[in-house]
Amino acid sequence: MKILACISVVPDTTTKITFTENNSQFNTAGVQYILNPYDELAVTRGLEIAEANGGTLTIVHVGRAESEPVIRKALSMGANEAIRIDADPTDAQYVAEEIAKIAVGYDLILTGRESIDYNGGVVCGMLGSLLGITSINVVTRIDYADGKFSFDRDIDGGRETVSCAGPCVASAQKELCEPRIPNMRGIMAARTKPLQVLAPQATANFANYASYELPAAKSGVRLIDASEAGKLIDILRNEAKVI
Amino acid sequence: MSVLVFAEISDGKFKKATFEAVSYGRQVADMLGSKVVAIAIGNGANASELGEYGAHVVKTIQTSDSFTADAYAAAVNASANEVSASTVIISNTYTGKSLAPRLAQLMGASLATNVVSMPDTSNGFQVKRSVFSGKAFAFVNLQRDKKVIAITPNSFEIKTFGESAVVESASSSLGSTGLNIDAVNKVTGKIPLTEAEVVVSGGRGMKGPENWHMIEDLATALGAATACSKPVSDMDWRPHSEHVGQTGITIKPNLYIAVGISGAIQHLAGVSSSKVIVAINKDPEAPFFKAADYGIVGDAFEILPQLIAAAKN
Repeated sequence: MKILACISVVPDTTTKITFTENNSQFNTAGVQYILNPYDELAVTRGLEIAEANGGTLTIVHVGRAESEPVIRKALSMGANEAIRIDADPTDAQYVAEEIAKIAVGYDLILTGRESIDYNGGVVCGMLGSLLGITSINVVTRIDYADGKFSFDRDIDGGRETVSCAGPCVASAQKELCEPRIPNMRGIMAARTKPLQVLAPQATANFANYASYELPAAKSGVRLIDASEAGKLIDILRNEAKVI
Repeated sequence: MSVLVFAEISDGKFKKATFEAVSYGRQVADMLGSKVVAIAIGNGANASELGEYGAHVVKTIQTSDSFTADAYAAAVNASANEVSASTVIISNTYTGKSLAPRLAQLMGASLATNVVSMPDTSNGFQVKRSVFSGKAFAFVNLQRDKKVIAITPNSFEIKTFGESAVVESASSSLGSTGLNIDAVNKVTGKIPLTEAEVVVSGGRGMKGPENWHMIEDLATALGAATACSKPVSDMDWRPHSEHVGQTGITIKPNLYIAVGISGAIQHLAGVSSSKVIVAINKDPEAPFFKAADYGIVGDAFEILPQLIAAAKN
């Protein structure tokens, strides 16, 4: 079985977000980059399924050389090989089209539910459409038996159990698994695992980011004494008018 | 040319998020000087009701099949072609998020999800979307002739137009799907967290799952959904599906009440777009008070009963 896990590299969750150049660029100064937490789940579950079925897991990433430490981390978790498409991941459409070009021949393709920077959550569906295969969003369980993949997926107000034959593409949601922590052997092995760098195949952009803004700061908290907490309900009803 | 709105049906009814999408679609159509067509897939919903929210025409596809991204995307794309839709509006629910990318692909359209503004067409076609899990917003230019816009629930006021819509059967039917639906487990009668207007959320300060009845009682009294912080779901006090924050669910209710949550940057990212935030914490230095509109410093176990009593009143 051949499994492909698509990873993105994102600012650490504790990052304070700021912008430069008249709010047109994300300020990368001092930012620590990590493997997108949902993609970490995709890699982990992909590895578990590959290992249980005598398969392999390939990592793919669209990004520049600065991403290589994070790609090596995914390799140190146990992935067999990695592909880096050497381009700026300008929008989801671009990323999906670049990945689709190398994604043929895999039985299962995994992405994270969304990247925690741009939060699009659309690469899974785009890959499904580009490759003409089934896409299953926000899965909390993936199992493989008798030639079929079975999933639990979050739906509005509940959960659904679904199944299909491969190839298919699914996006990893929390609860899928516990992220695997690389061990020393994995870290050593990752140094020499194949990391292929491919040139992009010039796809057109569908969207571009013109500028950014930060949410308006709160004007300050109004404190209510704990002994008359019930007054809060009155304020929310009659002043803020939110209940 | 027209604006097409995907009118999501859940349990035989249109959702509030659907009315938001239709009303948003009407305002976009008015800007562009075109008509609004809604496409409603499923059984039971009263299609003509969408006229009230601005739809001129509602096309229906009757089916009892569950949502699958491939089949629905094919059907919505066929409708988009039929009515020459330049723009498709979808609500950013789980269903909408699954549908939007496949549909955008089929249409060759630019796609923006998590959209929180009306489009600005003064110079091209620009929308504002939330990024960095609510820590910032981005202005995005959608460059293709066709656009798919997925709007964040609770971001737009529902406008009513007092009109009636023409209801007709769509000429397309649901496409085929590669997915088998084996079991559905829906919690009925509970408000989905992402669409709730009021959310009551508990953190480590609640001291244990056995105390959650107080969060639930307050939520019930306010008609709210319940949520929790990351440590609470990590300790299995509450299900992961209730975890709001940067690596959980991002929500945008009118009112967010945080009880016993300190307000770490990752948590605030997921809730800071809420219209009104209330923080209840025994630590006056808790960072949440800096992000809140109202605050009560004190013991949650003394404050919650007072709030529940007042809310029931």
